[in-house]
Amino acid sequence: MQINLDSIKNLINFFSGQNDTKKMNRISGTFSTLKTKNRKALIPFIAAGDPNPAITVQLMHQLVQSGADIIELGIPFSDPMADGPTIQRSSERALKQHVSLNSVLDMVAEFRKTNTTTPVVLMGYANPIEAMGYELFAAKAKDCGVDGVLIVDYPPEESGEWVQCLDQHGIDAIFLLSPTTPQERIQQVAKMAKGYIYYVSLKGVTGASHLDLQNVSLVLKRLRQYISLPIGVGFGIRDGETARAVADLADAVVVGSRIIEEIEKSSGAELLNNVGDLLSTLRRAIDEN
Amino acid sequence: MSAYDLPSKSGHFGPYGGIFVAETLISALDDLRKQYEFYRDDPDFQAEFAYELKHYVGRPSPIYHAKRWSEHLGGAQILLKREDLNHTGAHKINNTIGQALLAQRMGKKRVIAETGAGQHGVASATVAARYGMECVVYMGSEDVKRQATNVYRMKLLGATVVPVESGSRTLKDALNEAMRDWVTHVENTFYIIGTVAGPHPYPMMVRDFQAIIGKESKVQMQEDFNRQPDALIACVGGGSNAIGLFYPYIDDVNVRLIGVEAAGKGIDTNQHAATLSTGKPGVLHGNRTYLIQDENGQIIETHSISAGLDYPGVGPEHAWLKDCGRAEYVAITDDEALEAFHTLCRYEGIMPALESSHALAYAAKYTPTLSKDKLLLVNLSGRGDKDMATVAQMSGLTL
Repeated sequence: MQINLDSIKNLINFFSGQNDTKKMNRISGTFSTLKTKNRKALIPFIAAGDPNPAITVQLMHQLVQSGADIIELGIPFSDPMADGPTIQRSSERALKQHVSLNSVLDMVAEFRKTNTTTPVVLMGYANPIEAMGYELFAAKAKDCGVDGVLIVDYPPEESGEWVQCLDQHGIDAIFLLSPTTPQERIQQVAKMAKGYIYYVSLKGVTGASHLDLQNVSLVLKRLRQYISLPIGVGFGIRDGETARAVADLADAVVVGSRIIEEIEKSSGAELLNNVGDLLSTLRRAIDEN
Repeated sequence: MSAYDLPSKSGHFGPYGGIFVAETLISALDDLRKQYEFYRDDPDFQAEFAYELKHYVGRPSPIYHAKRWSEHLGGAQILLKREDLNHTGAHKINNTIGQALLAQRMGKKRVIAETGAGQHGVASATVAARYGMECVVYMGSEDVKRQATNVYRMKLLGATVVPVESGSRTLKDALNEAMRDWVTHVENTFYIIGTVAGPHPYPMMVRDFQAIIGKESKVQMQEDFNRQPDALIACVGGGSNAIGLFYPYIDDVNVRLIGVEAAGKGIDTNQHAATLSTGKPGVLHGNRTYLIQDENGQIIETHSISAGLDYPGVGPEHAWLKDCGRAEYVAITDDEALEAFHTLCRYEGIMPALESSHALAYAAKYTPTLSKDKLLLVNLSGRGDKDMATVAQMSGLTL
C-alpha cells in the first residue's frame, strides 16, 4: 500500500514537472513557485475535527480551491494555553467528538488521496506527541503526507531530539518568533527551523484583534537579517485589508481565528461555501496589485 | 554521593522540568530567571523576606507533638509542623511573599494568580494588598461555586476574581487562563504561580521560598528532640508544601521522604488525582512531568475531596525524586482523609485542611507499624476552617 502510494506520488511529480525539484519538499516547493509568480502565500488554520471529523477533509479541499497555498491543521488539545477563546472552542468541539492525534493523521492521509501538492502543516501542543512518542509520530506523519509540524510548547531549547527526529523523516520543524524574541535567539531559531518561520505579530493569545503594522514592518526587517526562510505572519489578521497589508510585508499570511469564527457562524449546509468565500476574499485582497 | 544540586542551569530535574512554553513567554521567563538568580543572593532581599516571614506571617511555625493522637494510634510519635498557624492559614503565604517582593523589585504593579481551592488566591490577594499592587485571580467557575467564602475573602482584600469557563472549569484551566493573561500583559504583570509546577524558574523559585519549612524543622527538631525525624510526610497536589519540607532533607538519606497524593474515590477508579501513582510523563503547563492523561495525551479531569490536590500534574522535582527513589509516593482516599480530619479535631483540638488530612491519614496508617521511639514529622500545611462546608456536606448537613 505504502509503496503504491509513493510510486503514484513519484509519477505525479514526474508528470507535473516537479521532478527537478525532487529534493525540495512540498513547503519549499510552494514558496519557490510563489516567488517566481511574485505572489504571497495564504495559510489558513483550521482545527482537525471542527465542527465535526467528517467534514475536515472536505474543508481542506475547499480551502485549497479558494486559494490556500498551505494548510495548517490543528491537533486538538485539552489545554491550549497559547490560544484565545475562539480556537479553544474549536479544540473543545473536536475533542467532544474524540478526535485524537491518530485521527488527525488519518485525515491528512485521506486528503492526500486526491491532493498531493498542497503542503499540510500540523500545529498543536506537546502532550499528544509525547504520548505517541517522537519516532512513531514522525514515521506515521511522513506516511500520511504531513510536511511540517509546529508544536507551540516545544521551544528551540527543548527541541533538540524532536527536530532531529523530524529531520530524519524529512518533515519540517516550524518555529515561532515573537515581538519579544531577542537577537541571539533569532539566530538560534534560524539554525533549527525549516519550511518557514511563523512570526506571531502580537503579544497575547490567538484571536486578539489589533495589529500594529508599522511595528510588524520594523521587526520583519530585523528578522530578515538573520533568516533566509520565508516568514509568515499571523495573529490579528481579520479581513482583506489586514491580509493585504501583511502580504506587503511578509511572505505568507496566516489566518486562524477568523476562519474558526466563520465555521461557528455557519450551519452545516453552508459551511463549506462560507469558509470558501471568506478565503477567496482574502486571496483576492492579497493578490491585488 | 554528591550533594543534591538540581535543577540544572536549564531548569531540568533529570528528564523533568524545563521550559515548555510558547515563544511569546520565553523572554519574560528569561527575565524572571535572571532577576530571581540575582535577588536570591542579595542580602537585602533575603533580609526583607526573613523580616516579613517573622513579623507578617508569624514564623517560625512551631513543631507540635501530637501526644494524645500518637498514643491512640499506638506506634511512632507524630509531630506536626504547624503551617496552619501562618497568617492566612496555610503555607501558601511563604511563597507569595517571596514572589511579591520580587515583583516589587522588578517594577511590576500588577500581579495575577491561579487558584483552585482559593488558598493561593487568598495568599496572593493578601500580599497584593500588603504591598499595594493590583491583583487578578483566575479561578475555574466550578471552583468559584464550591469555594464561595474564599472568593468573598479575595474580594474583601481588593482582588478581582475572574471565573474561568473553559475546559473543565477547574484549577488547570485557571492556570491556562493566567498564562494567557500574562502573555498579553507581560510588561506590567508578574505571574505568581502557587505551586512548584510551571516552566523554569518557577519550580525552583517556589521551592526555595517554601524551603523555610524544612530549614526551620531541622533547627527545631535538633532543639526540641535532639535528633532529626525518621520520616517526613506531606500531601502532594502540585507539591509545594511537600518540597518545602523535603528539600533541606534531600541529602539526609536516613530521613524517609513520603509524599501523599489524593486517591479520591480510589486509584482504581477514574476519580482521583494520584498523578505520581498512576500517571505517565508528558508536557503540561510549561514543564515535563507525570500527568493524568488518556492514551491520546489529553489531560483528564481529576477528582479529590480537597480542591488543593485536585490537579492532573505534579511538580517536576517530585517526578524526579520518585524516579530516582529518594522519595516515596503513596495515595489516600477521600474517606481516609475525612476520617483523619475528624480524628485530629477530636484528639488534638486542631482542625486540619482537607489537603493536609491526606498526610495525616497516611501517618495514621504508617505509625502503628513503627516502634514508639520513632518520630514522624507531618506537614500540617493548612487549617481546615475553609473546608467546614465540604465536611458538613459529606456528613449530610448544610451550614
